Order: sequence, then C-alpha cells, then structure tokens
Amino acid sequence: MRAEIRLRVNGAEIAVPAGTTVAAAMVIAGQVCRRSVAGEARGPLCGMGICYECRATINGSAHCRSCQIVCEPGMDVRTDG
Amino acid sequence: MDRSREKFEVLVVGGGPAGMAAAARAAECGKRVAIVDDNAAPGGQIFRGQNLGEVESLAEVRRHLTGVRFVSGKKVFDVAAPGILLAEGPEGVWELRYEKLIVATGARERFLPFPGWTLPNVMGAGGLQAMVKSGLPVRGKTVVVAGSGPLLLAVAAYLRAQGAEIALIAEQASWSALARFAARLWSFRGKIGEALELRRKLAGIRFAANSWPVMAHGAEKLEAVSISTNGRVGKIECDFLACGFHLVPNVELAVLLGCAMENGFVKVNRIQETTVPGVYCAGEPVGIGGLESALAEGAIAGLAASGYAIDETSSLFRAREKARYFARLLEKTFSLRAELNQLPNDETIVCRCEDVRYSRLRLRSTWRAAKLQTRCGMGPCQGRVCGPAAEFLLGWKVDSVRPPVFPARVESLAAGSEEFAAILTE
Repeated sequence: MRAEIRLRVNGAEIAVPAGTTVAAAMVIAGQVCRRSVAGEARGPLCGMGICYECRATINGSAHCRSCQIVCEPGMDVRTDG
Repeated sequence: MDRSREKFEVLVVGGGPAGMAAAARAAECGKRVAIVDDNAAPGGQIFRGQNLGEVESLAEVRRHLTGVRFVSGKKVFDVAAPGILLAEGPEGVWELRYEKLIVATGARERFLPFPGWTLPNVMGAGGLQAMVKSGLPVRGKTVVVAGSGPLLLAVAAYLRAQGAEIALIAEQASWSALARFAARLWSFRGKIGEALELRRKLAGIRFAANSWPVMAHGAEKLEAVSISTNGRVGKIECDFLACGFHLVPNVELAVLLGCAMENGFVKVNRIQETTVPGVYCAGEPVGIGGLESALAEGAIAGLAASGYAIDETSSLFRAREKARYFARLLEKTFSLRAELNQLPNDETIVCRCEDVRYSRLRLRSTWRAAKLQTRCGMGPCQGRVCGPAAEFLLGWKVDSVRPPVFPARVESLAAGSEEFAAILTE
C-alpha cells in the first residue's frame, strides 16, 4: 500500500495514495472541476495537459492544469464547480 | 526578470519514446543533452506512471540516458530567438539554449463532438487511461470504450486489469476494414504476439464495429450512453465513457519554429531533419506510427543531430520503413467514416473552452472567420481539441499557430521580450 497524502478539495479533507494527481483527487472527491462559460459542469477530458478542462486553483494559484500536478500533503485545491 | 539559463548541445522537447531514444543516442555520441517535458516524469503518455526500469522495449535506450538532464514539469511555450526556447514551470521561466533541437512532442487524441460529450466522466480513451494511471480508481466501475483506433483495445485491456467492467468496445471502422488490417498484421512479427496477448486480455468483452456513440446522457455527470451499431441505437448505463477517435500529432511547436508541413505532419528528410536547419523531428508529429517508429526515428534524429553519419545500410532505416508501412496501414484502417460529421446537432458544443455551439460554427466559412466571430479555438486549449474536430466536421484548414503555443502567465510572456520586462519592473 502506498503512503497516503492528505489534502483539501473545496475545504473537505481527503486522503489519496501518493502519486495521485490533483485531477484524479477531484474526481475521487466527487467534485466538478470547473464551470464552463455557459455554466456547465466539466471534468477532465484528455488527462495529459492539453484540454484545460481540469484546471483548478491550487494553493492559491489559479488555472493550474490539475492532471499534470501530483498531490502534496496539505495542498489546498479550489474549484469553481 | 529572473530566469534560469541553460545551454545544451542537443535539446529534446518531449520525454516519450522518440525523445528518450533521441536523447540516448546523442548522449552516446558524447553530447551535452537535455530533455524538457511538460509531465512530472519521463516516459510519455504510453509509459505514464510506469517504472521505466521495467519496460523491456526501453532497455537499450535506458543505458545511455543516465547522463541526460531531464527538465520535468516545464511546458515550452515560445521561441524567443533562433536557438532559444522559453519554458514555463511552477517556479518561473526557463530559457533553454540549444545548438541542435529535436522536436518529439507526440500526439493527442482526436475528439469528435456529439450531444452530451461535455459531461464530466466522458473522457478520452487515452484520457481515462491516463487518469487511472494517475490514481483514479475504476474497480467495479462500468466503462464503455468507444471511438477508433488500436488504442481502444489497449485501453480496454488496461481498464479491465484495473478492475473495471467493460460493457462494450465500440469501433467506428467497418468489419471489412478491420479484417483487411488483421490480414496484413501477419507481416509484422512483433505485432502478432501483441495482438494475441490483447485478445487473451479482452476475452469475453463485447466488441462492435460500425459502432459509435451518438449521445451521452446525464445531468451533472455521465449516467448512460447511446451507441449506434449497424444503424441501431442502444442505451448503456455506465460510470465512464472513454472515447477517442485515433490520434492527431502535436505539431504546434514545429510550426512555430517555421518547419514546413506535409499532409498535416512535419516534413522531414532521411535523417529526420526538418526544413529548418538544425531542427529535427521524430515520433508521432511526422506520422502516427506508435512505439517502434518513434524509437527508430528518435534514434536516427539523435545520431544525426550529433553529427554522426548513419550508415545507409543501418538497421534503423529498415526498422523505420517497416514502422512507417504500419503507420499507413493504421491511417487507412481507422480513417473516419463520413457520416460521423452528423454526430453534433445545432446545440452541441464544439469548442469546450468558449462554449461555441455547432449552430454558430457551421455558418462560418473558414477556421479564421470562426475564431474571429465566435471565439472558437480562442480559449486556453488554443484549438487543440476543437481544431481537429472542426477540420473533420467542416473541412477547414486549421493550421495557424501563434506564440505562446500554451497559455503562459503574464510575467512569463514578459520574459520573452527584454524591453517589455524592463517596462514591467520600472
């Protein structure tokens, strides 16, 4: 079993295995990654940093491509979903 | 503006198989080599999340990678001047100087819009695989795999091994095209073993040809998908739809560098050099050929960029020719059937970044007009998703590339121009 990483997604603490990306953590947490300009719920599409659908605010830094960023202990992830 | 400066004799953009093979050969020639890659670890999408030490096909490449610098988590977003690339990471901008450049930027999936394709949990086929490799559990989840190309089978086998239940693999190509492909496969010794292995892993899974998704259903996320098979539509409840229509090359950086294109791919000569002297290209951007062609092309590019004269009889050229023949076979087998352009209705969003619906798009005459009048392709993905879709749906030529090739922070853009940087600090 890989070590667990604890982070917060929209204020709620979750634990994920080490090596999990923030995009995967958001889907595990059941959170919508973002709202589109017309207000639709969106989640990851390409999984490889191309589509920008999984962008979220990570540790205060906006528009991070969460599928390219690995979870770190104590990370604060915010979505506009 | 503070930025890191580094100079390399050979710089490789992209740490997938082609990039790694290129870097290994250049390092073997004694060059100072770096690979810059957007991802956290080398391996490219094919080996994402895998321990490269266990990958048999990379055994040869791995021996020479030890001296290669791996600059991870940096996306190259601009060409500052000939011989200088700018890359952005979380900590700021890197200026990467090079004598010879090898572009090995890989490919992405082709997405086609259909009603409901923007719902959460509708992902690319490679997209869902990448997410699972990155920690998303699918044990006990029901997945429909759809679209086109050999990737669908590999993805289905992978997801099943991770505990997912694959309800259906829906391939848009016809049975006759697939049968012709299977017959030709016998001339590729390595592929037969792969195919038989896949067949074993996929035993018992329903596979349909002449089959594609026509609608994804759900409110805030995917609940079911309607699939058309031989003209009859059936609805399947599922947790994920993994849907991609083969691959499109990532050619944006090559175009920005001024490299000429040919039929949508980067034009290269016998030693993988582009029309820009000193700039080489290998792997999917020169033709969607998969692992073997990427390794052969990468090796040739790495040697050539190091000034090594490759013997005309080298097995590398033979390996490349064989791989290219396979690439042409793939292209023919998995070419998109024309009726797929009926998939979107007027309300279907084509550009996901700007929520541009098909009704607004199809009234325009060119990609450029669509960009100017609807903002299609003007969002953060810069047309990487909707561009290939519009190309297929409307027959447009989608080829304009402008810096930055990826969205960059304002301070990173400023780094591209000394004067602008000076203005900002005043």
